[in-house]
Amino acid sequence: MPAEVRIPSLLQKLVGGAKTVQAEGQTVGQIIDQLEAKYPDFKSRVLDENGKLRLFVNIFINDEDIRFLKELETPVADGDTITILPAVAGGGK
Amino acid sequence: MFHLGKRYADELVSHAKAEAPNECCGILAGVEGRITKLYRARNTENSPLRYNLDPRELFRIVKEIEAKGWELLGIYHSHTHTEAYPSATDIELALWPEALYLIVSLKNPEEATIRAFRIAAGQVEEMAISG
Repeated sequence: MPAEVRIPSLLQKLVGGAKTVQAEGQTVGQIIDQLEAKYPDFKSRVLDENGKLRLFVNIFINDEDIRFLKELETPVADGDTITILPAVAGGGK
Repeated sequence: MFHLGKRYADELVSHAKAEAPNECCGILAGVEGRITKLYRARNTENSPLRYNLDPRELFRIVKEIEAKGWELLGIYHSHTHTEAYPSATDIELALWPEALYLIVSLKNPEEATIRAFRIAAGQVEEMAISG
């Protein structure tokens, strides 16, 4: 299903400077695979070496955090908006 | 030079003190360097050493900032026992290169300090703050 993917500033260079890109897939994971095929290295910025969503990356489908849905297996419907949002995190040590 | 102003400086310190000994965190939105709104946010870590701004709150804040035509000017958090300087963790996890990272230190609780930094690709550059 075609979806719009909103790219955070940190990753815009990887996708030729675009703020949003179109991608197709039945699930969020498939969308990421398609983006990797178009934009090499994309996947490693979003997923860890075990293929899980990186700890400090959040993905929303429409208004829902996929961690509270089916993570990368979350189904994507035609016209959904997927937002990749890096964590705002750190610490004093 | 970043114009924080007394009102927002006081607000940052009061948020830091309210959350102490845990770290606080939040976001400053604005237009052309001028702050329009301060968002106090929840630190899901509830920790004196770490912060992670609640992702669902972050999503709502980012959406509101876009809807209003503002920019995400700054990200702030507190160091309750160390200097107002980015830690190794802060540098490693600085994933918003467009934002200014403000740190409130309560190391000396009588005299809280606030400093601001650009952090991108492991590089830290301090930005002067005007009152």
